[in-house]
Amino acid sequence: MVQDIDIADLKRITELIQKKHGYDFRNYAMSSFKRRMLRILELKSMSVEALIKKLTEQPTFIDEFLDELTVNVTEMFRDPSFWRILRDEIIPGIQLNHKEFKIWHAGCSSGEEVFSMAILLKEMGILDQVTTIATDLDVNILEKAKSGSYPIKNMELNEKNYIRYEGKKSLKDYYKEENGRAVFDKDLVKNVSFRKHDLVTGEIFNKFDLILCRNVMIYFNQSLQNDVLKKFHESLFKYGYLAIGSKESLIWCDIASKFIVVNNEEKVYKKIKD
Amino acid sequence: MNKYNLNNSYKAVVIGGSAGSFQGIVKILSQLPKNFPLPIIMCLHRLKHVRNGFVEALSIKSVVQVSEPYDKEPIKKGAVYLAPSNYHLSVELGNYFALSTEEMINNSRPAIDITLGTAAYVYRDKLIGILLSGANRDGGLGMKYIKDKGGLTLVQEPAECMIDTMPKAAMALTQIDHVMKVDEIVDFLKELDRQYK
Repeated sequence: MVQDIDIADLKRITELIQKKHGYDFRNYAMSSFKRRMLRILELKSMSVEALIKKLTEQPTFIDEFLDELTVNVTEMFRDPSFWRILRDEIIPGIQLNHKEFKIWHAGCSSGEEVFSMAILLKEMGILDQVTTIATDLDVNILEKAKSGSYPIKNMELNEKNYIRYEGKKSLKDYYKEENGRAVFDKDLVKNVSFRKHDLVTGEIFNKFDLILCRNVMIYFNQSLQNDVLKKFHESLFKYGYLAIGSKESLIWCDIASKFIVVNNEEKVYKKIKD
Repeated sequence: MNKYNLNNSYKAVVIGGSAGSFQGIVKILSQLPKNFPLPIIMCLHRLKHVRNGFVEALSIKSVVQVSEPYDKEPIKKGAVYLAPSNYHLSVELGNYFALSTEEMINNSRPAIDITLGTAAYVYRDKLIGILLSGANRDGGLGMKYIKDKGGLTLVQEPAECMIDTMPKAAMALTQIDHVMKVDEIVDFLKELDRQYK
């Protein structure tokens, strides 16, 4: 945040990315989008002009650019109370309707929530009954998610969250330590399909019983949030569940009337109208 | 009486604080004039994994109920807001909040620099920034952004601070309009309130 960047320059960059690469950042929340752009300019020691030149002339640079632009800070079992509600109320609720069911992690980032969910399902003894699709628009981060390998220094916080979640074992039982990294058991994600998908421009591709999209839409402005929520609504079975971040809300959204609040503290909603 | 030469053009007050700021904040909130005309936006360092309790503790003595805003919540006059734990709190053009989970800054999330910096960008010279006691440098840059946009800058008098690193960092980075004890900050806000009534 040392320097500043003109809104006009941000516009030039988003328009270029849209035309050349098909990603649409025009409706991202301005404050965080601006910080991400400044961060990229600082990390790459580039001027706005140099960045525009590189995005124009080097087609492969876009993946690296997206990797830095998107926020990939996450934790396993972030908000342990949310995961407890999921285990004790939401998933049993889904099972009343569907013995076998489908989950979508929308904006899965480096996969911490995908692995958290897999551990939760495994401890419930139903991992094999669940099909999961985990999507992100950043292909580099999807590779990281697939590998299930995290810096060992992150595990202290993850383990603390897991303990507060009141899991059955220790997080250590699910990973091996290799070269300073915690490498999770691949069996946990054998029913998970990791796919590239952009919430903004992407099509609806399946129907789900549960969609998790926590702390992703906070990077969008309200009109884009509305558009994405319409897609989630369409992608849910009737009586399917949507989980958003604890400080996100459907209150200001057009689609709120088609959902009921299942848990207000943890922001879990249920689709009640088509 | 207009000791601080204030006027009624201001749109918001932002407050940053860390270690040792709790009592000062409580005093300010408990002596806030009724129907205070501006939103008060607070970014205080807090335990990252304790989501509940802090806002309740601040609300006990506060004249106005303190709330942790939701993402994209409109900012209202007279309301008192606190940055939620483990999120950065930004002010957006259009006068609403945005939250984010970006990297920590100065080991902090919420980071005071982000709240103060984005508020400065939106409110420009119509902003008052107050920085209280704290043990790290977070907030110093934010105060500089406020001053650079023509806003008014106040810090708690270092001698009164339990830990003076934070106000001193701001004083080293930019021009501070008023160095004040908490009691004087309370008087300042009362005088500000009178300009609107």
